[in-house]
Amino acid sequence: MSVLIDNLPLLLRGFWMTLVLSVLGALGAVVLGTLLAALRVSPSAPLRGLGYLYVELLRNTPLTVVFFFMAFGLPQLDLALPNFFLSGLLALVLYTSAFVCEAIRSGINAVPPGQAEAARALGMPFGQVIGQVVLPQAVRTVIPPLGNVWIALVKNSSIASAFAVTELTAVLTRLSNQTAGALVAIGAGVTIGYLIITLPSGYVVSRFERRLAVLR
Amino acid sequence: MRITRYAAALAAAGVVLAGCSSEAGDQAEDSAADASAAVETDVEFEAGTTMAELNEAGTITIGTKFDQPGFGLLNPSQVPEGFDVEIGKLIAAKLGIPEDGVEFVETVSANREAFIQNGQVDLVVATYTINDKRKEVVDFAGPYYSAGQDIMVAAGNPEGIEGPEDLAGKNVCSVEGSTPAENIRTSYPEATLTLFDVYSKCADALANGQVDAVTTDNVILTGLVANGGDAFELVGNPFTEEPYGIGLPKGDTEFRNFINDVLEESYEDGSWADAWDATAGDITGTEAPEPPAVDRY
Repeated sequence: MSVLIDNLPLLLRGFWMTLVLSVLGALGAVVLGTLLAALRVSPSAPLRGLGYLYVELLRNTPLTVVFFFMAFGLPQLDLALPNFFLSGLLALVLYTSAFVCEAIRSGINAVPPGQAEAARALGMPFGQVIGQVVLPQAVRTVIPPLGNVWIALVKNSSIASAFAVTELTAVLTRLSNQTAGALVAIGAGVTIGYLIITLPSGYVVSRFERRLAVLR
Repeated sequence: MRITRYAAALAAAGVVLAGCSSEAGDQAEDSAADASAAVETDVEFEAGTTMAELNEAGTITIGTKFDQPGFGLLNPSQVPEGFDVEIGKLIAAKLGIPEDGVEFVETVSANREAFIQNGQVDLVVATYTINDKRKEVVDFAGPYYSAGQDIMVAAGNPEGIEGPEDLAGKNVCSVEGSTPAENIRTSYPEATLTLFDVYSKCADALANGQVDAVTTDNVILTGLVANGGDAFELVGNPFTEEPYGIGLPKGDTEFRNFINDVLEESYEDGSWADAWDATAGDITGTEAPEPPAVDRY
């Protein structure tokens, strides 16, 4: 236990970095993922193709490869990001947005087509049909899958430790090398750090799920 | 039979890929040949000593690393080369053993003591750091080289980094949790650390200009320089000390003294520096350092 107390500032710094990566990553991924979902259900075939291409490319590529490309590939294309935190964040956003897109699209498909048809019949343009009629209903059904995506995102953020971001897992690596034999205590501390982020979010998700549930 | 065909194709691809992996390995080969010391022809050793036995047999088995560019690396023609290999040949030559009587076998960090104790090798010259714990089970001649933490920079050293003091305000790359990173953190806190999980990423970052320098043991850096084309260079100013010794069976003091004599002689006559210039020095472009004083404990 003393290992944890002695290194509390470092652990807290790592925890904060994991939290920041996850929250910013989630915000970015939800925005981008929603846009992608709109692309994938849009009436224009080229836009649908674009969305399809993006999703299949990103969700079928290992996250480590995405990280690698953002950290070392972009600079070789003269598109270097100012630091490794941003390249890691971008990797998480781009990767996770593909999963967010698919979750939202499944929600959109779960909304009976009659809803969109009725909106169209009233003369609403596509943006309004999606934004005011379909998405509000879709979001209710996608809360549980989005909760899963969020938890995966929090855990995926640990890959940033291998790409020069000192978050919780990087702290685990550092402390386990510094303090021989204290791996159990340090591992437990780091695990608790992750649980502090993921467990309450699981609770929040289930609350939302119950409140927003609609009976059809 | 389709499966067999796929398997064959896979194997072929593997061979091609393996062939690509170490271009740098070959470069030291030509120059290394001239550096070898002349084999002693008329040497007499007191009967019963290890030297007399080896001289009589005309063969010696030396353990070295096969994966460490500049020190011990199996080149594409399956011939080991590097500074450790040259030191091994120097000793063999002084024992009156011709070069074709010198057999190199691969030893890795984990099996060096065992290989010596079991008599599978006569000597180990394999980036082998002398320490008290190892001295309990084997003896060390030397040190013949003092390795240490050094700095690798982009070719031409654009930031003008000559030593760890110059790292202040610079972005320095190393591996998370490693001792070199810890050294920088505690002794040179003004440097900004960028920490990856492996050193190859540090090399990528340095090549891209995302960091100003990479720091770890100079032996590891030598490997990165060797694999980096002409992109990197070594500062060549180690600021920690890791004495490399030659491992031999415990208690063979005569053999140990003999090797220490050979080492001192090679310091004197320049063959030690020649061996450096032909191998690690050729890769990193650094001059032969001052050889460490032999420790006759």
